[in-house]
Amino acid sequence: MHELPVTQSILKIALDHAEKANAQRITALNIVMGELSSMVDDSIQFYWEIVAKDTIAEKATLNFRRVPAELQCMTCFHKYHPTDKELVCPQCGGVGAKIIAGEEFALESIDVE
Amino acid sequence: MPTNIPVVENILNANDRLALENRTRIDAAGVFSINILASPGAGKTSLIEQTLPLLKGRLRVATIDGDIATSIDADRAAAAGAGAAIQINTGGDCHLDAVMLRGALEQLDLTQFDLLIVENVGNLVCPANFKLGTHKTVLVASVPEGDDKPYKYPGTYRGVDALVINKIDLLPYVNFRMDYFQQGVQVLNPGVTTFPLSCRTGEGLDIWVEWLVQNAKK
Repeated sequence: MHELPVTQSILKIALDHAEKANAQRITALNIVMGELSSMVDDSIQFYWEIVAKDTIAEKATLNFRRVPAELQCMTCFHKYHPTDKELVCPQCGGVGAKIIAGEEFALESIDVE
Repeated sequence: MPTNIPVVENILNANDRLALENRTRIDAAGVFSINILASPGAGKTSLIEQTLPLLKGRLRVATIDGDIATSIDADRAAAAGAGAAIQINTGGDCHLDAVMLRGALEQLDLTQFDLLIVENVGNLVCPANFKLGTHKTVLVASVPEGDDKPYKYPGTYRGVDALVINKIDLLPYVNFRMDYFQQGVQVLNPGVTTFPLSCRTGEGLDIWVEWLVQNAKK
């Protein structure tokens, strides 16, 4: 449900940057989305068609670059992908990990004409 | 031929900026504020209900309750002794955000209070993404929910400053492995302050209340 305000936010950021570049049309938005960001790309896509209507981004394609979650054990420094059943370090069983990837949720770039 | 323009802007920036404004406003009034997250039924409102009488004469408390609909929670907080109880109905939204909190803060004279308790919408996914501007985020977990929740909702468990484990009086009756639960918590949030308690029996509430008082007096 929170994807509606989020999609409006994406549109606003894109329009601001396109305006600064004096662009006529936005053809694509390149969004990076981490596995831990709890955002749903299908849902953003759904709202996009509604919020972007009648703007210069109306026909833009949304490209999502997904980033898998990566933790680093702070005991042995092993890097691993957590699962929904196991979060402890698979190498040493240590707890206390740092998230090094997977929380991203940003608009990386836009393609304009 | 399209040109690529680098943007690299965090999509939730607008909310984060407003959260910062809320924080400035709360700080200016010298109030300590917490944002309570939990799944529905974990005991957010019960915790507030049990906490308020114990704070009587020690802290002046205002509450802001977020729900999709109804004012049941704000009514319960007011009945339990909150100096002010504001209800935010999100009208379907699954979380509170900084704009909604700003609207609620405008209805409060913060200078009349020492502690502001914000009760978020019952949900373990979305509220974690939307900062409000409060000082601490407190997660209320509860024993009957199961011991796997830190594993299923890492985004929420990793971002909290304190963890209440409610309904510990039910430990003998349900299959809840405290060590497995704690292990999941410790991986993502090592050393997080934890308060095992029971809103029903009152066990452990004194330590939680003391934590609130100490923080509010800082």
